[in-house]
Amino acid sequence: MESALLVHRLHFAFTVIFHYLFPQLTMGLAPLIVVLKTLGLRRNDERYNQAARFWARIFGINFVLGVVTGIPMEFQFGTNWSHFSRFAGGVIGQTLAMEGMFAFFLESAFLGLFLYGEKRLSPKAHWWSAVAVFLGSWLSGFFIIATDAWMQHPVGYVRAADGSAQLSSFWALVLNPWAWWQYAHNMSGAGITGAFVMASVGAFYLLGRKHLEHGRIFVKVGVVAGCVFSIVQLFPTGDRQGKMVALNQPVTLAAMEALFTGQPGAPLVLIGQPNVTERKIDNPVLVPKMLSFLTYRRWGAHVHGLDEFPQELWPGTIPLLYYSYHIMVGLGTIFIAIMVVAVFLLWRGKLFDARWMLWVLLLSLPFPYIANTAGWMTAELGRQPWLVYGLMLTADGYSKTVSAGNGLFTLLGFMGMYTALSILFLFLVRREIEHGPAAETVAH
Amino acid sequence: METLWFIIVAVMLTAYVVLDGFDLGAGVIYLFVARSDTERRMVLRSIGPVWDGNEVWLLAAGGTLYFAFPQLYASSFSGFYLPLMMVLWLLMLRAIGIEFRTHIDDPVWQGFFDVVFCVSSALLAIFFGAALGNVVRGVPLGPDGYFFEPLWTNFRVGPHPGILDWYTVMAGVVALVTLTAHGALYVAIKTEGDLSQRSRRIAVMVWPLQLLLTCVSLLATYYIQPQVMNNYKAHSVGLLVPVVVLGSLAVMIWAATKSKEKLAFAASSLYIAAMLVGAAFALYPVLLPASTDLSYSLTIYNSAAGHHGLAVGIVWWILGMLLALGYFLFIYRMFRGKVRLEGQGY
Repeated sequence: MESALLVHRLHFAFTVIFHYLFPQLTMGLAPLIVVLKTLGLRRNDERYNQAARFWARIFGINFVLGVVTGIPMEFQFGTNWSHFSRFAGGVIGQTLAMEGMFAFFLESAFLGLFLYGEKRLSPKAHWWSAVAVFLGSWLSGFFIIATDAWMQHPVGYVRAADGSAQLSSFWALVLNPWAWWQYAHNMSGAGITGAFVMASVGAFYLLGRKHLEHGRIFVKVGVVAGCVFSIVQLFPTGDRQGKMVALNQPVTLAAMEALFTGQPGAPLVLIGQPNVTERKIDNPVLVPKMLSFLTYRRWGAHVHGLDEFPQELWPGTIPLLYYSYHIMVGLGTIFIAIMVVAVFLLWRGKLFDARWMLWVLLLSLPFPYIANTAGWMTAELGRQPWLVYGLMLTADGYSKTVSAGNGLFTLLGFMGMYTALSILFLFLVRREIEHGPAAETVAH
Repeated sequence: METLWFIIVAVMLTAYVVLDGFDLGAGVIYLFVARSDTERRMVLRSIGPVWDGNEVWLLAAGGTLYFAFPQLYASSFSGFYLPLMMVLWLLMLRAIGIEFRTHIDDPVWQGFFDVVFCVSSALLAIFFGAALGNVVRGVPLGPDGYFFEPLWTNFRVGPHPGILDWYTVMAGVVALVTLTAHGALYVAIKTEGDLSQRSRRIAVMVWPLQLLLTCVSLLATYYIQPQVMNNYKAHSVGLLVPVVVLGSLAVMIWAATKSKEKLAFAASSLYIAAMLVGAAFALYPVLLPASTDLSYSLTIYNSAAGHHGLAVGIVWWILGMLLALGYFLFIYRMFRGKVRLEGQGY
C-alpha cells in the first residue's frame, strides 16, 4: 500500500465495481417495467400494474444507490486521475457532459413522476414516464460506454501542442464501432441481470406458495426476457466484441485466453490455471483448433500469442484477466442453458410446477452480477498497461499530488460507507419482497 | 468561445446553488421547524419530487466543467481531494436520509435518518461555501498547474493556506445562513399552518445575521484579494451587482414580514445568484487564482479544451438545455401547489 498507483487503481476498481451492481439492475429492470406496464394497459389487467408498481419500488431503492455511488465516479476522474483528465478531458469531456445534459436530466425528472405520480397522471402518461426513465437510463449507459470505448480504442482526436488529446471529429467519437458493440453487449448483460432477478423473485414466491399470480407473471416475463438477452449476449454481441479485441488488441486476446505461444490452429482453453512464470497452462482442458475458428472462422488460422509481443506491453495481471474472462464466458453459457430449458418448460405449460427449475432460477440470482462484473474486469484489465490504449499508460494517469496515504484514507472511508449502504439496501429490498406485490406504494 | 463557456458553467453552478440550495436549506431547518412526524413528512414531501433533479444540476455542471475546462477540473479536484471526498460521503448520507426514512414506520429508524438528513444538509452548505471561499481566495498552485491543499494549516490566509482558514470558514457560515433562509422560505411556500409560519419566522430571524455577514464577507474579500476590484473598476456595470445584492436582501425581509413568501423566495434566489455572479465577475478571466504566484493561476485560456470540441459542444448543450428546461417546467407544474398528506403522491 506504499504505491500511490496501486492505491488509486484499487480506489477506482472498488468504487466502480460496487457502483455497477446497481445500474445493471436499473438498466435491466427499466425495459421489463415498460413491458409490465404495456401488458397492464393492453390487457386492462390490474395484476400487471401491481407487478409494475412492485418492481418500481425495488427500482427506486436500487436507483438511489446507483446515483449516490455514481457521483463519486465522475468526481474521481478529477480527484484520483487528474493527469488522465488533463490528457483526455478535451475528448471524453464531451461524452461525460452529454450524459449529464441528456440522460441525467431526463431520468431524474421522470423518475419522480413515475414513482410518485401515478395517481396524478393518466395511465397513458404514466406509461410514457416509464418509457422516459427507461430511455434516460439506457442513454446514460451509452455515454459511459462511449467514454470507455474511447479509452479502449481512441478515435476522432488530434494531439495538441501540450500533448493532450483534443476532439477532432464528434461523429467519430459517438460512432466509434467499439462503442456500439460494447454497448449492445453491456446492455444485454444488464438485461440478463434484470431478467434473472425478476424470475428469481417470482420463483421465490412460487416455491413459498404465496403471491402466486404475481409470481407467475415475474417468472414468465423473467425467463422470456432472460432467454432473449442471454442469447444476444453470446451472439452477435459477444462474438463481435471478441473480434474487435482480436483485431485491435491482439495482445489482450492472447492474455485473456492465456495463449503463451502464437500458433496456427490454436486450441481453446476451457479450464486450466495460467502459469505465467513458466508460460504454460496447468491442468488444461482444451478444445483443439477451436480458438482459431471462433476468432477467424478458419480452423487453421494463426492466432497471435503473448510471445509475439514485448513483455512490457502484456496486461499486468494475466491470471486475473484470464479468470475474469473465463468466468464471464462460462456463466454466459450456463445462462443460455438455464433460460432455454425454462422457456421450453413454459411453452409446455410445466414451468410453474417444475420445482427443480424454480429452485435453479431462485439460486441463479447472484450469478448475472458476477458475470457482469467479470466482463467489466476483462475489459479494463485487458486494456492494461494502457489507460488510453496506445496513448497513455495507467502509470502516468493518476493524481501525482494525491499521496498513497490520502488515497488509502478515502478508500477505507468508501469501504466503510459502502458496507453500510449494502446492509441498508439488502434490508430494504428484502422487506419489499416480503411485503409482496399487492402492498400499497410507500410515498414520503 | 472560452468566455461563453465560462458564462455557461457559471450559470449552471448558479442554477445548482439556487435549486439545490432550497432543499439543503430545508434540511438545515428540518429538525427545528418540523416537530411532529406529520410535519417532517410534509417537509420531505415538499422537496421529495425535486431534490434529486436539483442535484443533477451539480452533476451536469461538473460534467460541463470537465468538458470545457479539463485542466481546471484535473487540478482543482485533485487539489481539493479530501474535502471533495467528504462532500461525496455527505451527499450519500443525505440522499439515503431523504429516500429511506419513510420506508419503515418506526420512530428509532426515522429519528436516525432525521438527524442524518439535517446534519448532512448543514455540513454540505458549509462545505460549498468554504469551497467558493477557496476559489476566491486562491490556492497554492505550482508551475505545473497542480496543488494539494491540506484541510487546515494555521487558519491564516497566506501563500500556503489550508482548505479551512478564517476567510473560508466565514464563507461557509455565509452559505449556511443564506441557504437556511432560502430553504425556510421554500418550506413556507410549500406548506400550510404552523409549519409554514414557523419556517417564515426562521427566515426573518436569520435576516440580520445574513445582512451583517454579507457586508463582512464583501469587505473581507476586498481585504484578502484586492484585485477582485479590477474588473469592477474597468466595467462599472459590475457595480450593479452589490446594488442587486443589497436590494434583494431588502425586498426579502419586507416580503417575509408581510407573509409574501413567494416574493421573498424570489428575492432570496436573486440574492444568491447576484452573490455568485459577483464572484464570477470578479474572477474572470481567472478560474482559480494562485496564492503562490499570480502567474500560475488557471485562467479560461490555459485550462480550456480544444476549439473544435468547444464549438461542437455549443450545439448539443443548447439542445440538452432546452430539453432539460422542458422537463423541469413540466415537473414543477405537476407538483405545484401546497403539499398535503392525504392521498397518494405529493
